[in-house]
Amino acid sequence: MEYERKFKIGKPILEVNNISLSFGGVKAITDTSFNVLEHEVRAIIGPNGAGKSSMLNCINGIYKPQQGTVSFKGKQIPDITPNIMAQMGLSRTFQNLALFKRMSVLDNILVGRKLHTKTNFLEVALQLPKVKKEEKLNRDRSEEIISFLEIEDIKDTPVGKLPYGLQKKVELGRALATDSTIILLDEPMAGMNVEEKRDMCRFILKVNDELGTTMVLIEHDMGVVMDISDRVVVLDYGKVIGDGTPDEVRSNQKVIDAYLGVEH
Amino acid sequence: MKPVFMTYTKKDLINLAVCMVLSVLVIPTFITTEYWYTSILIPWLCLALATIGQQVVMGYTGQLALGAAGFMAAGAFAMFNLILRVPDLGFVGSLIVSGLIAAAFGILFGLPSLKVRGIYLMVATLASQFFIIWMIDKFGWFKNYDSSGIITAQDIVILGKPFTTPLAMYFVCLAVTTVLTLLAMNMARGSTGRNWMAVRDMDIAAESMGVSLLKTKVQAFAISAFYCGVAGALFAFCYLKSLEPVAFDIKLSFKILFMCILGGLGTINGAFIGAAFILLFPVLLNAIGNNVFHGAIDATIISSIEQVIFGGLMIIFMIYEPLGMAKLWENLKQKLSLKLQSSNVKNLKSSLSKKS
Repeated sequence: MEYERKFKIGKPILEVNNISLSFGGVKAITDTSFNVLEHEVRAIIGPNGAGKSSMLNCINGIYKPQQGTVSFKGKQIPDITPNIMAQMGLSRTFQNLALFKRMSVLDNILVGRKLHTKTNFLEVALQLPKVKKEEKLNRDRSEEIISFLEIEDIKDTPVGKLPYGLQKKVELGRALATDSTIILLDEPMAGMNVEEKRDMCRFILKVNDELGTTMVLIEHDMGVVMDISDRVVVLDYGKVIGDGTPDEVRSNQKVIDAYLGVEH
Repeated sequence: MKPVFMTYTKKDLINLAVCMVLSVLVIPTFITTEYWYTSILIPWLCLALATIGQQVVMGYTGQLALGAAGFMAAGAFAMFNLILRVPDLGFVGSLIVSGLIAAAFGILFGLPSLKVRGIYLMVATLASQFFIIWMIDKFGWFKNYDSSGIITAQDIVILGKPFTTPLAMYFVCLAVTTVLTLLAMNMARGSTGRNWMAVRDMDIAAESMGVSLLKTKVQAFAISAFYCGVAGALFAFCYLKSLEPVAFDIKLSFKILFMCILGGLGTINGAFIGAAFILLFPVLLNAIGNNVFHGAIDATIISSIEQVIFGGLMIIFMIYEPLGMAKLWENLKQKLSLKLQSSNVKNLKSSLSKKS
């Protein structure tokens, strides 16, 4: 399946260097380094408790690692917070869904447009012409994303009332609305059936293909990961045990051991 | 093609027109007794305004705060001092500045919300309630060294015209409330309101989308305190016509909290419904006591019954309709329109069958 990519894979855009994170005495991540190249689909896989979600939380600034650095777009970021990363063009979804439950689908996606909203509350209160203009732009973009994800018919439904699979889609939509250069997806296909998974894969590849957005995803399902990602990094007990193309990783003895178990 | 975005739908404009006609034309023509203005309509508007303030911080931003009356006191006494000491500011100017002074207190007492949440935040915000009242009592300057404890509020003069009759004061309250309600609606429906609700529903995700928790929370507290401050100033100048810190005690804060919850968290019209209910319900109970039982029930018992019913209603609403009376009203409207539709269909069917 060789096809011409509109956005060629480029230089490293995100670099994780020697990250160590522990909670009290429990080591979640030990001295882990890997990078993500521009425009690629990068997967982080590993058994339960391997430190995958902790890794994303370190990149995004929710957790503060005890050691190590994160460089984004060639800059080492000294004090990472979710807000700074968002402003730099990094967006994410969450493992256990972190949607705004009482807000409609459209409103959720509109929150993703926050960084493209420059007007302050006084201007909003007075509904100045520039507020209306900006709001229209943001709404148009959100509607675009909604039709891209094929969720037009539920756009006014409060998100809390939607089934799980659709909520995952909305969360992807919210991340897309930020127009970020890189999106971290924390188990975007967890708890989905085969059909929903196929749909989600299609959207991830389509976003990567059409917008050139770099995608970093955590996934359990090995089959899915091998199909859609350019490169895979395998974590086990907080350490990198494999890193490379899906084929390389598949034939890596350590990875096979970690997934299938070893005889002692 | 239908427009993608409009600030006000046709329905909103109709609602606004109906409210305006009712409040500007119908009420002044049909209600002539002073009692209605001085004891019901004016306090209703003032408290509804304060409840909108409470809605901003609690209903929209999800921060449990309990100090609305403290900010009202700040606004009321700021108003008194501004009219006294800076007469050039005029009534409207003073009103805005007193709101801003209350907002400054709001920012100060909203800061704990960055570190504590839920019931602990509620306790922390209680500080505003006690601190502001204590400060006004402690330093005589705020009361212009008045020894009696109760100061008479100055007369309201706007552009050289006195507004002293109940009807005139009602119009003052109405104008201020209308303007501020529209502004609140604009914020709540716009990007500002979305940021508030995002922080309410899932703060970590909001932060990951670039919504600053610090800015959003402090902003909500400031706006909330501004509304409470303006409401407090109107409450003192149009309703109480006097200024005493005791009028803004914790009981009033709780009253506003109840109005907010019963009216429906996260709604603007709920503020008006909740305020109306809590103000009118005791009046209704008294009327029942006097007219049905002919005074056989003691007034103190009636006021106790009132408390019992409020408490019961709070529990019932929390369990069955956490979105409050505004939601009930919405449901009722929906049912009515459905009925209307089905009756239309029936009429159509019967007319069709007649033809055939």
